[in-house]
Amino acid sequence: MSDNNVEKDDFTGVETTGHEWDGIKELNNPSPRWWLLVLLATIIWAVGYWIVYPAWPTLSGDGERGGTEGTFGWTQYDQLKESQAEIMARRAAYLDRFNTASFEEIKANEELYAFAVAGGASAFKDNCATCHGTGGSGSAGYPNLLDDDWLWGGDVDAIHETIRVGVRGEHDETRYSEMPAFGDMLGTKEISDISDYVLSFTSAGDYDGPGQELYEQQCAACHGMDGRGIRDFGAPNLADAIWFYGGTKGDIMSQIRRPKHGVMPAWETRLDESTIRQLAIYVHSLGGGEE
Amino acid sequence: MLNKHKALEKNSILMLIFTVITISIGGIIEIVPLFRMETTIEPVKGVRPYTPLELAGYNVYLREGCYNCHSQQIRPLRDEVERYGHYSLAAESMYDHPFQWGSKRTGPDLARVGGKYSDLWHIQHMIRPQDVVPESIMPPYAHLAKKGADLADIARDMEALRMVGVPYTDEQIANAYNDAVAQAQDESDYHDGLVERYSKVTMRNFDGQKTTTELDALIAYLQVLGTMAELKDYSHDGTKRSAE
Repeated sequence: MSDNNVEKDDFTGVETTGHEWDGIKELNNPSPRWWLLVLLATIIWAVGYWIVYPAWPTLSGDGERGGTEGTFGWTQYDQLKESQAEIMARRAAYLDRFNTASFEEIKANEELYAFAVAGGASAFKDNCATCHGTGGSGSAGYPNLLDDDWLWGGDVDAIHETIRVGVRGEHDETRYSEMPAFGDMLGTKEISDISDYVLSFTSAGDYDGPGQELYEQQCAACHGMDGRGIRDFGAPNLADAIWFYGGTKGDIMSQIRRPKHGVMPAWETRLDESTIRQLAIYVHSLGGGEE
Repeated sequence: MLNKHKALEKNSILMLIFTVITISIGGIIEIVPLFRMETTIEPVKGVRPYTPLELAGYNVYLREGCYNCHSQQIRPLRDEVERYGHYSLAAESMYDHPFQWGSKRTGPDLARVGGKYSDLWHIQHMIRPQDVVPESIMPPYAHLAKKGADLADIARDMEALRMVGVPYTDEQIANAYNDAVAQAQDESDYHDGLVERYSKVTMRNFDGQKTTTELDALIAYLQVLGTMAELKDYSHDGTKRSAE
């Protein structure tokens, strides 16, 4: 504004910019000094940031990881490790003993047992509740974990194993069983007879019909002569009135004709051993756990 | 110097030159690092481009706007790692165009949903989410089970992705349609070829129906999410990308 003919505001004596809107003229005041200093300080601060924190990609060679590392050597991954270490240190009071103790020892130790049940309950909500229900009561096709009807065994070791390897999953040691589709081998009449006999396990009165012989030929090898199932084969108990895929005659016929097979993922690949052990103890504690 | 800008403002050529210089400085600072973006991708083994069927599922995921409620990015924070598993690596979404990181979680993060639930669960959940998760507010996507997967153009889709850097081979593109159909079948003559062309591929009838539906494609995609990277071998301290 070195022009000689600049206009000055009469009242303040400050130069105007020469712009006028409806008789109001803009004063050409400089930015406040404090504001300018803050701006400059933040610019200098940013340069400091580049130096101490990871900031810029670099011209590293192909296939190499690049970027400036910063003099502090800070990474968000180290920060994560530190915060994890902090919580692990708090858990360590229990975790060290928990990891080395057997299930019997944990059961006998009130403190460790409470720790396991609390940890298991928390992991259950994140990982198991989506199928087995928030309270563990299951739904059609997903077993109820509150009762004493277990497909693969209900003691802590068996539950632990089921969680670890899953059922019909992708784990090498996964629990596996597959009922054949009897719709390919038997006619509707025979399937209907077998269903009547299966229903007779849980209803009053004696069964007298052709279904018994067919059952003993076709089904008893896995489900047992008395229909109580055989856990080694994952064959469900048919005599306890607990039905996985429905208990009407139609449901049973459909399951004989073309059985549904549920899949439970293996959790060994997702959760650490300590969490799986906590889950096993928690599920065992829900009500139906066996000794 | 600050008082000399009148000369600049009154000479349009000078103004133009200084404008170009100013914009160039900003441009260089913002654009040049992008040319070396690959150096910020962590070295981790196992991440491969999507199979044609998974890619079709990814397209369904985009079309249905799943990203509006689901993120695919586990941040390196203690609580997230505790809930969802290992934090996400840049390498795990390097073949996504566009990436599905998302910024809003109405539903849970899906970055590591692969293998967490059974196929049957996904089928029931897509048809009526409340059947398996009573408290869920997710809308049903039952129509996916009734519509054939859009595979007619999947090879051209892969060609387009190759142009932006996804390393699909000629062989993968030539076999795209058959690979896609075969992956959604329990048995197929194409399975051997599929295994050769894509590492760690799972092949099965995802939705339990004979036809290859959009549900097949979407479940195939969901079941592979977060399962490719070999995280056991990964350490963020590694500076060299291991040979694949």
